Amino acid sequence: MNPLPWLVALPLIGALVVFLLPVRWRASGSLALLVPVGFVSIRPLASILSQGTQSHAPGGWIAPLGIGLQADGFAAGMVILTALVIVPCSIHAARSLRGKPAEEGFWPLLWFMWAALNSIWLSADLFNLYVGIELLGLAAVGLVALAGSVQSLAAAMRYLLAALLGSLVYLIGVALIYAALGSLALADLKAYGSGQPTILIASVLMTFGLLLKTALFPLHGWLPPAHGSALTPVSALLSALVIKASLCMLIRLWMSLGPEAMPVVLAWTLGLMGAGAVFWGGWMALRQTRLKRLVAYSTVAQIGLLFLFFPLVTGTPATAAALAWDGTVLMLVSHAFAKAAMFLAAGNLVFAIGSEQIADLNGVCRFRPFSLLSFGVAGISLTGLPPSGGFIAKWLLMQSALASGQWIWLPVLLGGGLLSAAYVIRVLGNAMVEGPVRDRFEAPSLPLELSALALGCVSLVLGFAARAPLAWLRAGGPFAGGG
Amino acid sequence: MDAQALLPLSVVSTSLVAAAGIFLLREHRHRLRTNFNLAAALIKLALVVGMALGVLAGNTYEFRFPLVEGISFVLRADALGLMFTVLSSVLWLFTTIYAIGYLEKSPNRSRFFGFFSLCVASTVGLALAGNLITFFLFYELLTLSTYPLVAHRGTAKALHAGNVYLAYTLSGGMVLLLGIAVLHGLAGEVDFAAGSGLRVLDPALDPMLTIVFVLLIAGLGVKAALLPLHGWLPIAMVAPAPVSALLHAVAVVKAGAFGIVRVVYDVYGTELAWRLEVLEPLGWLAAATILYGSIRALAQNDLKRRLAFSTVSQVSYIILGLTLLSPIGMAGGLVHLLHQGLMKITLFFCAGNYAETLGVHHIDHLDGIGRRMPATSTAFTIGAFGMIGVPPLAGFVTKWYLGIGALADGKGWVLAVLIVSAMLNAAYFLPVLHRIWFRSQSAPWPAEQYQQHRDTHPWLLLPTLVTAVFCIVAGVFAAVPFSPLHWVEIVVLPGYLP
Repeated sequence: MNPLPWLVALPLIGALVVFLLPVRWRASGSLALLVPVGFVSIRPLASILSQGTQSHAPGGWIAPLGIGLQADGFAAGMVILTALVIVPCSIHAARSLRGKPAEEGFWPLLWFMWAALNSIWLSADLFNLYVGIELLGLAAVGLVALAGSVQSLAAAMRYLLAALLGSLVYLIGVALIYAALGSLALADLKAYGSGQPTILIASVLMTFGLLLKTALFPLHGWLPPAHGSALTPVSALLSALVIKASLCMLIRLWMSLGPEAMPVVLAWTLGLMGAGAVFWGGWMALRQTRLKRLVAYSTVAQIGLLFLFFPLVTGTPATAAALAWDGTVLMLVSHAFAKAAMFLAAGNLVFAIGSEQIADLNGVCRFRPFSLLSFGVAGISLTGLPPSGGFIAKWLLMQSALASGQWIWLPVLLGGGLLSAAYVIRVLGNAMVEGPVRDRFEAPSLPLELSALALGCVSLVLGFAARAPLAWLRAGGPFAGGG
Repeated sequence: MDAQALLPLSVVSTSLVAAAGIFLLREHRHRLRTNFNLAAALIKLALVVGMALGVLAGNTYEFRFPLVEGISFVLRADALGLMFTVLSSVLWLFTTIYAIGYLEKSPNRSRFFGFFSLCVASTVGLALAGNLITFFLFYELLTLSTYPLVAHRGTAKALHAGNVYLAYTLSGGMVLLLGIAVLHGLAGEVDFAAGSGLRVLDPALDPMLTIVFVLLIAGLGVKAALLPLHGWLPIAMVAPAPVSALLHAVAVVKAGAFGIVRVVYDVYGTELAWRLEVLEPLGWLAAATILYGSIRALAQNDLKRRLAFSTVSQVSYIILGLTLLSPIGMAGGLVHLLHQGLMKITLFFCAGNYAETLGVHHIDHLDGIGRRMPATSTAFTIGAFGMIGVPPLAGFVTKWYLGIGALADGKGWVLAVLIVSAMLNAAYFLPVLHRIWFRSQSAPWPAEQYQQHRDTHPWLLLPTLVTAVFCIVAGVFAAVPFSPLHWVEIVVLPGYLP
C-alpha cells in the first residue's frame, strides 16, 4: 500500500472523527489517533532510503492532467518533522487546554492543519500546493482566533487578510504558468520554463505571495500579533511548522525552475530582506515587554536566516550551493524544534507567574527552574551556540558564504546570533533576579514541562546527530550527490 | 571503538553526568549533593591521572566523531592538553570543597553546583579538544555555564556583571568563530598538530592567514583579558569567591590563554607564526597588558579587584613566554599556566576567607588580620610572594625561565618588563602584607562569623592551605619528575621547531 495518499487522508479522517466526538473526548481521541498517523509518517522515508523517490497519482491520472503526490527525502523529512513537532504540542495542548472553551475547536483544526501540511510537503504540482496553502491558512487563522481575546481576534483578522492576499497573488502566478506551459507539474517547469518572460513574471508573483505568507521582513507585520496572542500550543505549531510550509514551497519552486535560471537580483533581494529581518526582528524582540511577543519577534528574525539560501544557491559553485542547502534545511529543522520548545516553555512560564510581562519573571529561576531550563535550552539552539543544531546550521551557512565569496552574509549570521543571545539573556536575567516580588508560583504539570524540554533537547542533540538526517533530506533532491 | 578512545570522553562526561545529577537533586539534599560532588571530582582525578600515566608510557588516546561532512568532534590527550586537564581536575577538587563550605546556608545551591560541574566539564573538554571546532564548542559551553555563576547572587549588581561578562565573551566567541570558519574555508579541518596543516598552504595566502590569526587572538584575548579586552574581569568580581577563584585560576581566563597557546603552537606552529611576523606584536601586547594590569592593581582598594587586575597582568606572562623563540622562554610561559593557577587560587581562597569569616573586603580593613586568622594569612603571604617571584616559590621559576628565555632570544626589553612588573607586584602586594602582619586591629571586624574557630571554617581553610603548599612544592621541587616544570619540558622539547 502506498502511504502517500494516506498521509493526507488520515489527518482529514482524523479531523472528521474528532469533530464527531463529544468535546470531552476530543483530546484523548486525538492522542489515540496520533499513534497510527505517526506510524504512517515514518513510512515514506523508509521506502525512499531503500527504493528512491516515491510518487503516487490518485486515480491513475498522471501529469499534466492528474494531480500527483511525490516524496523525495526532503518531503519525507518534513512529514516526519511535522509529526515530531505535533506530538509534543498535542500532549501540551491536551493538558493546557483541558476544560477550556478552546478545546472544542482546537482538535479538529489541528488535524486539518496536519492534512494541509502533509499535502504541501508531498504535492508535485503548483495547483495542488495552492490548495494546500489555502487550507493551511484557513486552519491556522482559525487556530489563532481560538484564544478568544479581542487581541487575538484582531490578529486573526489581519492574518486572514495577509494569507488571502498571499494566496491570491500566488494563484495569479499559477494561472500565468498554466497559460504559458499547459502544465503545472513541478517537474515540467524546468524543461519548458527557463528564460521565458511569462515564467519570470509568474515566479516573481508566486514568490511575493509566498513571502507574505512566510512573513519575511518587511512583510512580517501580521506575524507578531498572531503568534504572540494565540494559545501556547498554537503559537508553537504556527512558528515551528506553518510558516515553514510557504518557505518550503518557495524553495521547491526555486529548485524546480533551476537556480541558474533565476535572476541573481531577485535572489539577492530575498537575501537582503532576510538580513533585514534578522536585525529588525532581533532588535524588536529585544524591545518587547511581553514574553510571547518576544518569542514571536524572534521568529521574524530567524526566518530571515533561512532566506540566505536564495543568494547562496543562485549562480554559485556547486559546493557552496550544497552547503547552503544543508545549512538551510538543518536551520529549518532545528528552528522548528527550538521554537516550538521556546513557545511551550514561554507558555509554561506565563502560567507559572500568571503574567505575560518579562519583568514579572523575577524569582522564577529559584522556584520554577524546570520551566526556565527548557526556555534556556531552546535559546541555545536559536542563538546558534554550540552544541546545537542551530550552531551546525550556522556553521554550514558560513562555509557556504565563504565558498561562494559572499562574505556579506557572515556579519548577518554572527550579528543575528548575538542579538538572539541578547534577548534570550534578557529573559534569563530577569528570571534570576532574587527578591520578594512574588510569593506564589503556579506549578506547570509534568506533561507541560516535559513536552517543552523534549523539543528543546532534540534541537540540541541535532548538533551531534545532524549527519544522518542531512543525508536523508538530500535523498532524491537536487543535492543528492553529497555536500 | 576501543577503551583508549573512550577514556578522554569519559573524563569529560564525568562532570557532565555530575552536573545532570546535581540539577536533578532537590535543593535540601545537601549531604547527598556533597558526596556526589566529591565523588565526581575524585573519579575524574583518578581517570585523568591514569590517562597521564598512559600518555607518558606512549599511549595515544583519541576519540573522533564526525558532526557533519567536513567537521569532526575530536578529543585527544596530548601532553599540553593533559597538563591543563590535570590542573583543572586538581583545582576543581579543592574548589568544590571550598565552595561547599563557602555556600553553606545560602540558597540555589543545586543550580550553583550544577553549573559549577558543567563549567569544569567544559574546561576539561577544551583542554582535550583535538581541533579548533571542538575547542570552540567547549569554549562557548564554558561561557554559558559560567554566566549563572557570575550572576548567582541575583542582585542588580550581579546581573549587570553577568550581562557585561556575556557581552564581552559572546562577542569574542563570534570573532573566534569567524576566524575558525575562515581558516576552515582555507585549509579544511585543522587538527592541533604543530602547524602541519597550515604550513603546506600556498604562501600567497599568508596575508589571509595573518588576518585569521588576528581574529583568533582577538576572540581568545577576550577571555585571556588581553588589553584592551579585559574590561569584564574586574566587573565579574561580584561573583562568589569560589567562582572568582575558578574563573581566574582555572577556567575562563586560562581557557583564553590556553587557546592562544594552541593557536600559536599547534594550529600555526612556531615556524609559520614566525614567518608571518605575528609573534612580535603579540609579545608587545602581552608586555603592555602585564604593565597595565599591575599599574591598575596598585590603585584598587577592594582586595578582590586588586587580585583581578593582578590576574590581567599575570596571565599575559603565559602569552609573553609563547612569543619568545626559545624553548626555555616557552617553557616559562607554559609553566606559568600552572603556577599562576596555583597561586591565584590560593589568593582568592584567602580573600574569600577574609570576606566570609570577618566581612573584610577592603584592603584598609585588613589591619591586624594576621593575628585573628594566622593560617589564612600565611597562605596569602605565600601566594603573594609567589606572585612577586620570590625564590623558591612557584612564581620565581616562571620568571627565571622567562628571563633566561628572553636573553636567549636576544630580547632585552622583555627582561626589563619582567623586572618592572616584579617591582610593581611587590608594590601592590607588600603593603597588603604589611597591614596583615605588622599593624594592629584598628576597628571591629565588619561581620564576624565562625567565632568558635581559631581561624575559619575547616572546609574553607583546608583547600587554602593545600594550594598554598602546592605553590611551595611546585617551586622547590621544580626539577623533580612530575612537577609542573618537568611536564612542561615534555610538552615543549619534542614539538619545538620541528
